[in-house]
Order: sequence, then C-alpha cells, then structure tokens
Amino acid sequence: MSSNSFAYNEQSGGGEATELGQEATSTITISPSGAFGLFSSDLKKNEDLKQMLESNKDSAKLDAMKRIVGMIAKGKNASELFPAVVKNVASKNIEIKKLVYVYLVRYAEEQQDLALLSISTFQRALKDPNQLIRASALRVLSSIRVPIIVPIMMLAIKEASADLSPYVRKNAAHAIQKLYSLDPEQKEMLIEVIEKLLKDKSTLVAGSVVMAFEEVCPDRIDLIHKNYRKLCNLLVDVEEWGQVVIIHMLTRYARTQFVSPWKEDDGLEDNEKNFYESDDEQKEKTDKRKKTYAMDPDHRLLIRNTKPLLQSRNAAVVMAVAQLYWHIAPKSETGIISKSLVRLLRSNREVQYIVLQNIATMSIQRKGMFEPYLKSFYVRSTDPTMIKTLKLEILTNLANEANISTLLREFQTYVKSQDKQFAAATIQTIGRCATNISEVTDTCLNGLVCLLSNRDEIVVAESVVVIKKLLQMQPAQHGEIIKHMAKLLDSITVPVARASILWLIGENCERVPKIAPDVLRKMAKSFTSEDDLVKLQILNLGAKLYLTNSKQTKLLTQYILNLGKYDQNYDIRDRTRFIRQLIVPNEKSGALSKYAKKIFLAQKPAPLLESPFKDRDHFQLGTLSHTLNTKATGYLELSNWPEVAPDPSVRNVEVIELAKEWTPVGKAKKENSAKKFYSESEEDEDSSDSSSDSESGSGSESGERGESGEEGDSSEDSSSGQESESGSESGVEDERTAKRNSKPKGKSDSEDGEKENEKSKTSDSSNAESSSIEESSSDSESESDSESETESRRVTKEKGKKTKQDRNPLTKDVSLLDLDDFNPVSTPVALPTPALSPSLIADLEGLNLSTSSSVISVTAPVFVPMKTHVLLHRMSGKGLAANYYFPRQPCIFGDKMVSVQITLNNTTDQKIENIHIGGKKLPIGMQMHVFNPIDSLEPEGSITVSMGIDFCDSTQTASFQLCTKDDCFNVNIQPPVGELLLPVAMSEKDFKKEQGMLTGMNETSTVIITAPQNFTSSVILQKVVNVANVGAVPSGQDNIHRFAAKTVHSGSLMLVTVELKEGSTAQLIINTEKTVIGSVLLRELKPVLSQG
Amino acid sequence: MIHSLFLINCSGDIFLEKHWKSVVSQSVCDYFFEAQEKAADVENVPPVISTPHHYLISIYRDKLFFVSVIQTEVPPLFVIEFLHRVADTFQDYFGSSNVGDTLPTGQLSNIPWRRAGVKYTNNEAYFDVIEEIDAIIDKSGSTVFAEIQGVIDACIKLSGMPDLSLSFMNPRLLDDVSFHPCIRFKRWESERVLSFIPPDGNFRLISYRVSSQNLVAIPVYVKHNISFKENSSCGRFDITIGPKQNMGKTIEGITVTVHMPKVVLNMNLTPTQGSYTFDPVTKVLTWDVGKITPQKLPSLKGLVNLQSGAPKPEENPSLNIQFKIQQLAISGLKVNRLDMYGEKYKPFKGVKYVTKAGKFQVRT
Repeated sequence: MSSNSFAYNEQSGGGEATELGQEATSTITISPSGAFGLFSSDLKKNEDLKQMLESNKDSAKLDAMKRIVGMIAKGKNASELFPAVVKNVASKNIEIKKLVYVYLVRYAEEQQDLALLSISTFQRALKDPNQLIRASALRVLSSIRVPIIVPIMMLAIKEASADLSPYVRKNAAHAIQKLYSLDPEQKEMLIEVIEKLLKDKSTLVAGSVVMAFEEVCPDRIDLIHKNYRKLCNLLVDVEEWGQVVIIHMLTRYARTQFVSPWKEDDGLEDNEKNFYESDDEQKEKTDKRKKTYAMDPDHRLLIRNTKPLLQSRNAAVVMAVAQLYWHIAPKSETGIISKSLVRLLRSNREVQYIVLQNIATMSIQRKGMFEPYLKSFYVRSTDPTMIKTLKLEILTNLANEANISTLLREFQTYVKSQDKQFAAATIQTIGRCATNISEVTDTCLNGLVCLLSNRDEIVVAESVVVIKKLLQMQPAQHGEIIKHMAKLLDSITVPVARASILWLIGENCERVPKIAPDVLRKMAKSFTSEDDLVKLQILNLGAKLYLTNSKQTKLLTQYILNLGKYDQNYDIRDRTRFIRQLIVPNEKSGALSKYAKKIFLAQKPAPLLESPFKDRDHFQLGTLSHTLNTKATGYLELSNWPEVAPDPSVRNVEVIELAKEWTPVGKAKKENSAKKFYSESEEDEDSSDSSSDSESGSGSESGERGESGEEGDSSEDSSSGQESESGSESGVEDERTAKRNSKPKGKSDSEDGEKENEKSKTSDSSNAESSSIEESSSDSESESDSESETESRRVTKEKGKKTKQDRNPLTKDVSLLDLDDFNPVSTPVALPTPALSPSLIADLEGLNLSTSSSVISVTAPVFVPMKTHVLLHRMSGKGLAANYYFPRQPCIFGDKMVSVQITLNNTTDQKIENIHIGGKKLPIGMQMHVFNPIDSLEPEGSITVSMGIDFCDSTQTASFQLCTKDDCFNVNIQPPVGELLLPVAMSEKDFKKEQGMLTGMNETSTVIITAPQNFTSSVILQKVVNVANVGAVPSGQDNIHRFAAKTVHSGSLMLVTVELKEGSTAQLIINTEKTVIGSVLLRELKPVLSQG
Repeated sequence: MIHSLFLINCSGDIFLEKHWKSVVSQSVCDYFFEAQEKAADVENVPPVISTPHHYLISIYRDKLFFVSVIQTEVPPLFVIEFLHRVADTFQDYFGSSNVGDTLPTGQLSNIPWRRAGVKYTNNEAYFDVIEEIDAIIDKSGSTVFAEIQGVIDACIKLSGMPDLSLSFMNPRLLDDVSFHPCIRFKRWESERVLSFIPPDGNFRLISYRVSSQNLVAIPVYVKHNISFKENSSCGRFDITIGPKQNMGKTIEGITVTVHMPKVVLNMNLTPTQGSYTFDPVTKVLTWDVGKITPQKLPSLKGLVNLQSGAPKPEENPSLNIQFKIQQLAISGLKVNRLDMYGEKYKPFKGVKYVTKAGKFQVRT
C-alpha cells in the first residue's frame, strides 16, 4: 500500500525473504526426518527456539527470530512462542527489534493480553526524537489489532498528525485506515484528523491522507473543496501511488462540482474530426464553444495538471489519468490519452489485460480515438488467449468501411490459428462485422460458408451458428447455403451447430420444401441419441413442417412427439405437450391452435450482435468493477454532471477573500457580484489555456494576454486590475499582512508598495496565509510562487526545529529504539534548483535531520540606477520617443519576469493616439507582458508604463513593435546581465555553504588590478550594485566582500565574491549554476572594478 | 488496497504469505487454483478473479504467482503494477549472489530516489540505448505491422549529488516517452533535454516509441517453404534467413522459435549453420543460428513427421525470430552529449546502442 522504501516493515519484509531462502534449504534437509512425526519435530524445534530467545547472546536471539519470521512467512503457526518473543520487544539490538515487530503485528490479535505488555514500549517510542522511530512505532501500534488499545491509537494518531515531520504525518494517515477497520465507531474522530491532514501541504502526506479519506469518508466531498486547488497543484510531485488515489478521487469530485463540458452535438462525428486536427485547431474549437459554455477554471486546472502524468512509468498512473480525461475532459481533448494507453500494451500480460478491457469499452463509444492505432491491436500467435480475444474485440469495434478489407484479410489468418478458441472468436467477429457493415455482409457470408468445409469441427460449428444469425437478418434467398448446411448434418456433431441448422431449416422450410421433410426423417431416426438442445429443435422443426406441409410430415411429427413425450428431460416433455396442444387439433384445443402458424412461423427479429463491452461503460473506467463488470464492494458511483454547478467559491481559500477587500477594483465586484472573486479565475483560465498551448509550442501566452488587454476600452480598467492581481498575488498578499490597514490603491500604488513588501517578506515570511494563497494561484506563476512559499516554510521549520531540539535532550534517555543504523541525512538540499519542484523541497526540508538550512529571501534592491536606455528615438519614431529603465523591482506581472518601465514622450505638436505594442519577435521561451494601450498622448505629454519580460535568464534581445494609430516601429530591449537578477539576503554562513556547493564548473573567477583607494568597501559596493542588482552579504572579514542574488527566471543563486589581495590586486569570484550569465557578469564587473 | 499477499510456485505450493490487515486463510487460494486449472495454460489465468468474499488479483512472473487478496474496490492496475514492483525488488535482491546478513535499511534522502552519501572511486555513467523491433511479416514477406520501441537503461555510479543532462542529436524521433520520476518534465517539454539527478545504480531512464511516421527498416528477411502433404505422414520444412539492410553491422544472436502444430511427431532437419532442437512434447522447434554471414546464408531444411491418419494442419506455424545488432539504434537515435553539474570530478561516460528483435513474427 505504501511505497516507502525506507519503511520498517518492508525492511524486515526483505528479511523474511532472506529467511525464506534459508528455510527452503533447511526444509529439504529436514524432510526425511519429518516423515516420522511432523508434530514432534515441530515441537522440538520450537523448544530450541525458546531456548535461543532466552539466551544472553544477541546472535542466538537473532537466529531464532529469523527462523520464527520465516515460519510466519510460510504460514506456519508460531503463536505459542508469543511470550518468549514479546520479552524481546525492548531489545537494544535493532535487528532483533525489527523482527519482533514483524512477529507482534502478526500475532498480537490472537494473544491480546500478552500483546498489551509491549504497548508501553511503543508509547515511549512515539515520543522519540528520531522521526523514523516515531513513525515505525506508530506503524506497529496501529497494526496491532487489539480493540483495548483503540483509545491509545486514537491519541497517537492525533499527536502524530501534528508532528513536525511530514514522514510521521504520512504514517498517521496510514494509521487512520487501520484504526477505522479495527473500530468503525471512531469514524467521527478520524474524520477530524483527516480534515486536518488534508490541509497539509506536504507532497508526502497528500496521497496517504486522500487514501484515508477514500476509505473512511468518501462521501464527505465538502472536505475537499478548500484543498482542491492545492491537491491539483501538488499532484505532479506526489509519489506514484498517491497520484493514482488522488486522481480517482478528483475525478469523482469533478463530476459533482462542475457542469458537463460535453455538448449535446459533440457526438461521434465531431470527435472523429477533432482527432485529426492539430491542437491549435482544437483550441479554436474550444474557444468557440466557450461562448455558450465556459469551463470552470478549477475544472481546467485539474485537466491541465494531470496531463504530464500520462508520461509516467507507472501504468496505474497512466490509466488513472486516462480515465480522468475520459470522464471529465471535453470530448475533443480526450484523444491524447490513446497514445499513452497503446504504449502500455508493451507491458506485462496483466497490464495488457486491464488496459485492453478499458480500450474495448472506450472504442465502442469513440472509434476515432484508437483508429490510428489499429495495427497495434493485431494479434500475435504468442499472445495468451485472453489477450487475443480482447484485441479481437477492439478490432471489431474499430472496423468500418474504410478498414474492413484490411481487417478481413487479417481475420483470415486468425481463423486458421491453432488456438481453436481464438479461431471461434474470430468467426463471431466476422459475423459482427458483417452485420455492422452492410458493404461486406455478402463477402463475410461467403467466407463463412467456405469455413463450413473446414476440417476443424469447432470452426465449422461456430460458422454455422454465425451464419444462422446472419441469414436471419437477411431473409433474402439463401437457399443454396441452407442446402449446403443441411448436408452438414450428416457429419457435424457439435450440438449447438446441429441445433442451429435445424432451426434454420425449420424457419425456411418453405424455401427448401424438398429437403426439409427429409431432414426431419433423418432426425426422427436419431432423436433418442441427440443432445437436449438438438431435440428441442427437432420438435420445433417437426411443428413447423406439420403446419406447412402436413401431408408429408404428419406421421413423422407425431412419431417425434411421441418420442418426446417419454423423454427423460422434463423440458423436452413440456415442450412436446405444448406443441401437441397447439398444432394437433382436437376438441379441447381452444382458439390458440388457429393461430399456431402465426405463432411458430412469425417473423422473428434478427438477433443483435453486440459487443460484450457495451454495457460496461456505466462503470468508472480503470476500476475493479469495470474489469469484473459487476459492482465490487465499496465501488463509488460516478455521479452525473450537475445541471447547474454548485457554488464554485467554496474552493476559494479564505485568504483570497481577505485579499478581495484590499483589491482596488471595485468594478470587478460590480460586474459580476455573483461570481465574486471569480473574475480573477477567469483571467486565470485564459492563462491556463495559453499555457497548455505553450506546452507544445510556447510563446503564445503573451499574445493572448495582449489580446485580452485590447479587448475594449470600457473593460480596460477592470481587466488591468485583474491582471495585476493575478500576477502579483504573492507579493500582494504579503504586503497585505504587512500593512493590514492599507487604504484603497490604484494600480501604480501597488508598485510603490512593492518595496515595503520586500521588507515585510524578509522580516515576516513565516506568514502562513501567504503560502496558502500561493497554493491556489495558478500555473505559470505557481512554481515560482510556491518557491517563496518554500522560503516561508523554511523559516517555520527552522523555528519548529529549534523548539524540538530544546526538547530532545530531555527525551534522550528513554529512546529505547536507538536505531543506530538510520543515518541522519545531512546532505543539504541543493537549493531551489529546478531539480525538485519547490513543494517537494519543502517536504524534504522537513525530512532533513540536519539542523542547518539556509534562508534565502529576496530583499529590496540596494541601489536603483536611474540610467535610462533609448528604446525609440524621437527622430525615428516620428516624434514619439521612448526610453526604458529597469526599476529593479520584482515584476508584478509574473515572478519570472523582469520589470521594465517605459517612458513615452510625445515631441510632436499633435496628439498621438492608440499607443500599443504590436507584433513580437521573441526567442523561444521568452515571454512578455505588455502595457495596456494608451488612448492618446497629448503634445509634449509624457507617460510611464510598466512591462514585464521574462528573459529566461539570458541576455537575448526582446524585439517587438511599438505601434501608434498610424505607424509601427521596431524596437528592442536587451537586458544588461545585472538586471536579470534579484538581490537576496543571506547570512555569511549560508553564503559559504551555498558557495561550497557551487564549485567546479559553476565557478568563474578573475584577477582585478586597480588602485588601492578603489578597494574600500563602499566603493566596491557602489560599483557592484551599479552594474548588477545584487544584495550585500554581511561579512566578518574586511578584505572579503560578498554579494548574493538569484536569477529572476529560474531562481538560481548568483554569488559574487570580491577578495582583496596584497598589493593592488583582487580576486573576483562568481559562483552560479547559470554559468553563462555568471561569466557574462564577470566580464561586465571586471572593467568596472578595475576603473579608477 | 491489498489485504494479503501469497506467493505460489509452479507446483502449487504457497510458500510465502504476508498480511497487512487481519490474517486471511490460505484457503482463499483455492479459488485461484480452480481458475488455474480451468485456464490450462498459466498464461491464461485471469489476472482478476472474483470470489464470494474477496477479489484475487494476481501476476505471473518467473514461474511464480503473486496472488493478492483484495476486499474492496481498487484500480486493478494499481495492484498489478505494485506486485510487479515487488517482483522486481525480489529479483534485484536475490539476483545478486551476495545476500547480506544485515537487513537492508532505508534512509530518508533529500531526493527520494537517491540515497545520500554515495561514494565511488571510479565515477562512471553508462547508458544503453536498446531498441526493439516489433513486427508482423506476412506470408509474402511484406510488413503487416512494424514499430520500434526503445528504452534507455542507465548504470550510474557517481559520487555525491550529480545533476546530469543528456541531449540527443534528433530528439524529435521520440514520439511517446515515459519517464523515470527523476526526470524534469518541464525541461524535456521546453528543450528536449533529459535533465535529472539519477538514482544510484541501474535503472530505466526512459522508454519511448519511435513515431510511426518513420518507416521501420526490417533488418532480416526469411524465405520459407513449409508444406504438409494431404494423406501422408510427412511434410517439408525449409527456411533460409538473410540480411536485408544491415547498415554495415553484423546481425548476430539469431534464434528462430516455431510452435509446430500438434500433429507433428518429430522433425528431421539439417542446419547449414548453428544447431536446432525439437521438443516433441511442447512441439517447439528452436534453431540457434548465431551470426549471418552474407556469403553463405543459413538455412534449415528437412522432413516433418506427422501423426499418421490425422488430418494435415490447417495452417503453417509462425516463425518467431530473435536477433541482435550491436552498435546500432535502428531508429537512428543518437545521444549528443552528457553533461554533469553539481560535482567537480570528471566522470567516465559511455553510451552503447543495441537493436534487438522484439515481438518479431513471420507468418508462413
């Protein structure tokens, strides 16, 4: 259930396995003696085990425990050893202890009184300073199924759920399910714990707590609301097994909370078309649809965030995402899952089996999805039969006019297969194709008739049955085929086939008037030796002939009816009586016999040849119930889409609501007060669309943003308000807490506030609220957002750790479980490299046993140079002049963007109208947030606007067009390398530590020679910050100056060291992961520092 | 989730059991044995079995059945995938001959898939690009279906916390890729570079499928003439293998496996090269060919003895072919470079390419 490679039980699981090998060999040697008396030898063996357990030597005890655990693993009874084993629970030897735990978990339920003796050991271990010991104590305690200790377990779970270590909290979530299965009475209390753990932000906990939720209270969907966005955002970083559970839960959630994204006419045709369209076209379609249906941004968030998981190596995860798309994504987007599902077909036969079943169900509803992969379902002679039949099923579902000829050729090979069960299934398949596709009905029928002369009886029999069905559907003249089949009666022995032929002749007896009576004659002869199934059909044939051709067959029929009357089988006797009453007129027979002909020779509806997977689609795909085609215990029905979506605001996390009060834009409220904060989320959705776009071919986001800005003048204000809101969320939130009494502000105010915000961030970053809103903020920002979350978490952690350490010395002496081989890991996390997404780092930070963790937070710039750069000269701009400068503020439009301020001057004597940004030519990955169009600029007027550009940590040029009503001017912004940074504050110690990790290739250095007067600290500081936006690190040595910053885009550290040497030389060192910018910065700094 | 797990060997002994919740009696396995009997063939035992009180989900690996007992609804793939991981772990643990005396210990590493404090005197990183050709070739020698499936297996023995990035000359070839969790998905999406902090030791980095637009070069052809005479107790068997486009590389390790029809009693064949065996019980013919030398193409000719009186087989058996081509990735995929960040030492790097036959079947 859990995938902890470091779990305790699992370790000893390995131990069992070791033992297993040894046991296996020992049984071989023992078996000859065991033949004398199994019991006596067993007893004796246990006696010596007891002695070994009593011994003083750990090695003897360990040997004994290994053998005992081996016995458990083999399913032998070792319960009588309980007293001897339980004594060792407090053993100092860790190996022994692990094995004793395994034993306890297995037998505690049977020996409850004795088991209680061990409880106090675990209670003590629950308070151990080592998180691994706390976790394993909880695991064993919750695995001991003794009802008396339920209150103790409850208490332990509650405490563990508030533990500082996410690993212990994860184990608390596991324990919830165990306690619930032991005592369902505890449900309410457990739900409280679940509610608490659901709020946990650790990826380690998420999967386990959702599992507990599914087991204990899957109907309490209300507990999910506030955690929905967080779960969506954490999903990629949760371990694989947790992902499966969360995705299944969120699928159910989505079906209760959002309205259907499927349009009525969004049927098969539409979808088939879509499948061949490129993503962009699809996007357009979806956009068009949006006019009538707007997808809830939270709905979109889930669909978008699960997509990368289609590339998981874990088949269960891929299937989970596939079923999510199937059940909740717009039909036009479901197509992307087919490729991944087809990939799974390369896997083990068991995986294939399940995946093929699911594809079979899907392919009935939407052929288009899997048609391009038709050949992947071709059967190999080495496939197991169950796989072959499933593939065949899918091929049948995919058959259409276009591919049927290829398929029939393929089927011909299958019919000849040595695997006769499979050959028979193929014949059924051909029959189904024949009925579904009228063009090939005759071809198929001819082919099947050919098979009638096959040597294999099973093949012939199956063909007869299928032909019977086909002929029934086609009441045209098929006398020849019927005649041919009548002849087969002499040779064929399979009852179903004989019965089918007889039925067919009876049904068509008027078409083959000569043959039918003769067949009846033959059958009368062999009646007694026929199978029951055949006998019934002989009776039917007789009845039909009696009605149509009584002259020839009257006597024969009566003879057969007489035989039937005395048959051993009561069904046949019943049938005989029934037929006699109907067809043979006598005084007793009522009105019915008049209608006998109508009754027997009525036009019968043709049977429908349907897929056995047709009715499976009401089960959620990927579930056990779907595989079994019956409702499994505990199956949770997938509800239908609600007609009207429940209030979406329930998913808002409180902090957002507070933020609303601050938000300057009252207009948004006015516009759609019902939606409340959702105006923001709509913005959110826009960006979500474009970001899913950018996954394939980036760069379009800014385009769409620009459009939304241009939409209309009237909405301009409010939209800009929204943008600043969503873009600068994290900043804004912090600021709000810093100055709770803030007055209403305009957009430009928020920039002013930014400075303060920076300070508040460093001083007050433990603010928990700020992180929770970041959870809910969306996509492109989310990564960097949660990075700052990490920072704040770190501080919290740090604090927590300190208090913890204070406690440690006190608890030390009771650490019975001194797990000396659990090495405390002290390798520090390699900083927010993109290696781990920030939320994961947060977890790991929690796991880290080492006390040191670095605090890195962005600070306010030390110095903002007022140097402006020319963007557009007034001469070339026909009077419009533009200058830009870098305000060195975190960008409000996106955390990865560098903010740029552009001052526009009108040097003409006329108004310049509609100044906006036109076409953009950005290198791949680069993004730009444009300013809102300026309606008009008065003569001699000047206006300053802000933009955000994500330079992707490179000094590449951003080229774009600055347009007015009449003209377009090509302009460029090339950022100086120093502007791609944001200053960070860190201690000297942290600096050294980080520097230690950024050596080797990540280090560049050079020697500077200049006059000594330039080497005062103020001069160096001034020179460095003039060039680069770095923060000064307090230094203990006079001759070393340190500066730290992080890159705006990736947040990589940039560490600058100036070390003064003797004479007039100095060493300039730059440590960074971003070696390119590092060396550029070095090049830029060198001349500046060398200058006099 | 999984309630209990039983391990059953091929003779039907339950030799290991493990219970996560309360103990479930071994007798639950009787339902499994019943299904096994019905299936006749181990391959056809249904992976999911419903019993009155439980559900059994099983996998078959290396002649062992892993039977798990389930009580409530669970995604079956979840259980199947988990059982395969358990089997992988067993294989990994028992596969190495030196099973240690101390039990393995886990540790909480900063990176879940890599243990901390790794140290090697020789730092090495090896990558094996292994591509398999899945194909169905019809009677006339034309390709019914062909596809290339590839994996990159890595063997990384690097000290500390190396951060690797592996780039390809032609990453566009990779149509559908699945990743080890260590790979940074975003980097791949934006730059088509595999960037990761590797686990220690052997692991599968990615598996991929080469886009189906690319035509698959089939490196071998087979000429075959298999016929059974009507009303006679013998038949002819004649196959020859030759290289098609070998791109200057030798095709080696060729094995041909044929499941002969049931009526075949024995086979009397002469190979021009290699050796063959025919198992009269399972009716499996195996011809171990070895290398192909274009000058003299290997062939296997002779007579087939059939059960007298039985009708001649309806269909000729399919030929399953195995081969290997060293130093070649048939899709043309090429690793461009491997860079390491985060550590100072210079690792020894190596990339190996192999092309193999996957499910390669020739219909006759």
